[in-house]
Parts: sequence; C-alpha cells; structure tokens
Amino acid sequence: MSNRPVPDMASDQAAVVGSFPPLQTYSEEENMMREAVKKYAQERIAPFVSKMDENSAMDEDVIKSLFEQGLMGIEIDPEYGGTGSTFFSSILVIEELAKVDPSVAVLCDIQNTLINTLFVKLGTPAQKEQYLSRLSTDMIGSFCLSEAEAGSDAFALKTRAEKHKDYYIINGSKMWISNAEHAGVFLVMANVDPSAGYRGITCFIVDQDTEGLEICKKENKLGLRASSTCPLNFDNVKVPEKNILGQIGHGYKYAIGMLNEGRIGIAAQMLGLAQGCFDNTIPYTRQRVQFGKRIFDFQGMQHQIAHVATQIEAARLLTYNAARLKEAGRPFIKEACMAKYFCAELATLTTSKCIEWMGGVGFTKDYPIEKYYRDCKIGTIYEGTTNVQLSTMAKFIDKEYDH
Amino acid sequence: MGSSTSLVPKSVTAAINAHGFGYFGCPHTFGQVGYRLKRTEQYIRVKPDNSSVVTDGVKHSMNPFCEIAVEEAVKLKEKKLIKEVVAVSCGPQQVQETIRTALAMGADRGIHVEVTGKDYETLGPLQVSKIMAALAKKEEAQLVILGKQAIDDDCNQTGQMTAALLDWPQGTFASELSLEGDKIKVVREIDGGLETIKINTPAVVTADLRLNTPRYATLPNIMKAKKKKIANVKPADLGVDITSRLEVLRVDEPPQRQAGMKVETVDDLVGKLKEAGMV
Repeated sequence: MSNRPVPDMASDQAAVVGSFPPLQTYSEEENMMREAVKKYAQERIAPFVSKMDENSAMDEDVIKSLFEQGLMGIEIDPEYGGTGSTFFSSILVIEELAKVDPSVAVLCDIQNTLINTLFVKLGTPAQKEQYLSRLSTDMIGSFCLSEAEAGSDAFALKTRAEKHKDYYIINGSKMWISNAEHAGVFLVMANVDPSAGYRGITCFIVDQDTEGLEICKKENKLGLRASSTCPLNFDNVKVPEKNILGQIGHGYKYAIGMLNEGRIGIAAQMLGLAQGCFDNTIPYTRQRVQFGKRIFDFQGMQHQIAHVATQIEAARLLTYNAARLKEAGRPFIKEACMAKYFCAELATLTTSKCIEWMGGVGFTKDYPIEKYYRDCKIGTIYEGTTNVQLSTMAKFIDKEYDH
Repeated sequence: MGSSTSLVPKSVTAAINAHGFGYFGCPHTFGQVGYRLKRTEQYIRVKPDNSSVVTDGVKHSMNPFCEIAVEEAVKLKEKKLIKEVVAVSCGPQQVQETIRTALAMGADRGIHVEVTGKDYETLGPLQVSKIMAALAKKEEAQLVILGKQAIDDDCNQTGQMTAALLDWPQGTFASELSLEGDKIKVVREIDGGLETIKINTPAVVTADLRLNTPRYATLPNIMKAKKKKIANVKPADLGVDITSRLEVLRVDEPPQRQAGMKVETVDDLVGKLKEAGMV
C-alpha cells in the first residue's frame, strides 16, 4: 500500500521567505521553462549531436524544432509571435541547451541576445513589423562585425557604405560570421564616413537574397562545428536607407552595448558546456573500478572533482548574478566580463580534467567528452577575448578607486 | 462543441487526473521516478525507520501516464470534439506546478484540491477517486481521463474506483480512443492482445503507454499558462472524507541483487540448481 510522506520544499523552489533569497531562486515560469528545455534538448537534440559535429552541419529539423519550441524569440513580444519572457529565461535556456550541444546553444544565444535585442531596442515600427515575427518563427539572423583585419580591434573595420540619394552601396568583406549558412537576415556594421573613424560605423539590415551578398564556404573548425562560421563578401550590395537600424554613425555604440549583454549569454553557454561535460563524466568515475575500488573513491580524484565542482558553482553564481543585475537595470558590465572570462576558463579546465578522469575512453569519439573539450576553446576567444575582458575589468577597477 | 455532429456529448468537460503529484502529483511518486528514468542517477532510499521513502531533494514531476492523459484530452479539444479540458491534482502547494505543466500543454483551467501534511501522507486511490467522483459531478464532466497508474505506487485503482463510485462505464488501459457520437470507442491493451469496446458517456478512461506521445510545453505556451486559472478546493468542500482505512506497517527496499555465476555445461547447471534445492 502506498505511503506518502510530505515532501520537503527544495531550497530552490521555496517561496521567498526572507528579503534576500539565494541566487539559485527562480520564478515558477523560469523553472518550467528550464524543465521544458531540458526535456526537449535530451529528446530532440541529443540524438543528432554527434552527427552534426562530424558533418559540420546543423540539422534542419533541429533548427525547425528550436523555432517550434519558442526558443528563438524568448524576449520578443507575443504580438510578434515571440515568447514574451525575460532575459534571465534566455540565460537558463542557453545553459540547458549548452549542456547537450554548445553549437545549438550559440545559435540560440546569438539570435536572442544579439539579433532580437537589436531589433527590439532600435527597430522602427516598420522594421519590427517586417522582421520580428520572422525572427521568432522561422528566420535566423547573423551579426556581422568582424573582418580579417578587424577582430579585437573591431572598429578598424573597413567595410564601406557609400551614400547615394536614398540608398547605400556596401563593399567589403566580413569574417567569422556565425549562423551565416542558415541566416535570412544579416546585421552588417559598415562605415559610411571613414574620415570620422569609428563614429561612421552604421548598422545595416541586409536580407539574405540581396544581390552582391556572397556567403562563402564555411570554416572547418576545431569545435562548435555544427555552428556555421563563414566569410562574407559584399560586392556593390545595394541597401535602401530605410534599412538602417538605429542612427547613422551610432553603430559602434550598439555593437558595444549588445556585446555587453551577449557576454552573459556566452557565459551561460560555457557554463552549460562545463556542466554537461561534468554530468557525463562523474557517472563513469562512480562505475569504473581499478585496484578494487571505484576511481571516484581515490582521494586524488575526489580532490580534483571537488575543485572543479566548486569552480562550476562559482561560475554559475557569477553568471546568474550578472543576468539579475542587468534585469534590475543596475550596472553590470564589469560583472558580465567577469562571468564570461571565468566561465570560458572554467570550461577549459573542466573539459580537460574530464578527459583525464575518463582515461582512455575520454580520448575516443565514442564518448561525448572529447567534443566538449574541442568546443570549449572558442569561449576564451569570441565575443571579446579573455585579454579584452580582463582589460575592460581593469578599467572599471581603476575607476572604482577614483576618489 | 459539437460542430458537425449532435452526436458529440453536450457540455463536455474532460477532467484529467494528472496523477502527477499524488493523484496529480504525489511528490513521492516522483521520487521513484528517479530510479526508473533512464538517465538520472537518483536512487530511492527507504528511511531508516522503515516508515516510508526519502523524498528530500528528490525530483518530482508529472506521472508519465498522466502526461499521456493530458495529451489525449488536449488532442480531443484540438479536434473540437470536447469543449474544455480541466486538470485536477490533489496534494500540497507543490502540485500547482504539475497543474501548470498541464495548462502549458493545453488544458484550459486547473483545480487544486488541497491536501497537506498527515492527510497527504495517507491519501490513497480510494480517497482520490471519491474526490474525482465529486468533482466530475460538480463540473458536469462527460469524460474523465486518468493515467492508468502512478509509477510510484503502481496501484492502478483510481480510474476503476472513480467509475464505480460514479456508476459510469470505464475504458481502462486505453491505447486508442475515439468519440463516436455519444459513445466512446476504446481499444484496450490486455494480456491477450487488444480489446475494442464501445462505452456510453459519461465515462472514465485510463491512459496506457501507447495512447499517444505527449507534446513538449513550448515556451510561449508556458507563458500563456500563467494567465490560466487554478481554483482552490478542499476535500471537505466536496463532501469527501479522506480518512484512510489503511495503515502502513513498514517499507523495505527490495533485497540486494546477488551476483550470478557462470557454468560451463547444462549438467553443471542442473547440478547447481539441485545444490540450491531448487530442483
């Protein structure tokens, strides 16, 4: 006969009793979203991960299901077919997706934190009408800033937009553009007035089928292979004036602003990557027996495992706090830099250690661990290298002592 | 909403007993979900005093068969064969989460029957069926769909008891369900194969594994679910006495599985069996 003991309230589901709940306190909506994405990722993405990595191609059905689940328009208003949820929900979604496949997570991250946010914040009613409902239902966007000669030094970009009457002609090329293979719209940073330096940088909306826009062969990458990364060529691409997003010459501001937020998204991606890798490794250490006991039971292993687990927890708190700060409208840039920097480094440490703990099998493609190891490296490089993050943080620290 | 047919039952409300928590969310039900799920590492432990299982920190979620029941009801509504889907759950505050999941899958509104503390510990199929019967009458439901059993207690009683209390026909272990006029055709999974029956409405149906594949709650639907109403009700309000007639004496873990041994030949096997006194 059944006996039903009263469940204790798990700490992260308890109603807020005091005024300062722990960081791992989520609204009911956030909990439900996370559970839904976790289940979806396990059932609809996990089976394709290894194939997508090998073929360096995102599965079309996976992309379609991301839209169907409402994961590509998390903060977009339901009026435009979006989910109408919050930034923190996006962060949780990205983290959950990254546990299963960081490539899928980055697709979702760029769409939500860069593309959608730019349209929502800067779009005219006409632009929002035209693009937001597509972005939430079936169209992927790409953010085009970097060039061969302009990476960390983004504002040294050379792509030129020449004004003619009521349109612009864009010439130049971009490099390292994520999602390019599947994107329907490109947000292109081009300079309308090189003599003004970075103050000439302007953001243009360029549709994928515009004449003169060439999406070149994707890079053959070490990791995040399912996410397409392509060079783009602009050969006299004609773009109407109404396709300028925001104001002329303000593109540099938008880029910096968006990347501050996108940083938290990348932090969430790296965090999920580390957690997913860890979750796939510990069960093995509890099963594998050598010298008559589980390898988990050796003190050397325990110390390493506990150290990594601590780093993951710290990374999680940094990321969640940065996200909550942003949502609260408080200054968050230094914390966002810290989160991205820490999570990327932590992902590298975790994946490296996990391969060691798995031993020989960790080194084979039969197990998912080596993929996490390859995927993590880009974390310290894209959306602001580790050195850039550190320098940005230092500037803030310097100012803090300015009295 | 009988569109083309007057055959569709009037004022059809399907009450889903999302035996999530308890009969709709029995948290300890979910506890045991832990060791049955393929990926999770959670194992269920019996408390040191052998009174029950440990539920602290054990993840809880909607009973899988209840998910299937909710999905079936939502599908019927999408086909415009029923008017409204009401999700019901009995238990403490936490069951509201399970009801919300049902709302996110497409149920229209929820009813939370509040049962807490000691009462909740002893809540069993008989009490829940009394509650379901009372609600079915109150809501004038034409169809009550439940999961065939909860995966924590495996009782497989609530559906049958509810039908008996209401004196309604029942279609249990349904792997296929269709409305035909004012009757329901149910294909049941039985030991010998499949049995097809036709029952009058109002009726009780319990969902088996192959009835459907439950949908994911999409994020937009989770947001919409926030606006849907969950009414609060107490068993006393329904005139139901939930005192248990049973007392659990003890709960024990199954014996540890012993290692087996390999033998070379059939003769060896027979020999070993004889030694163990089994032959």
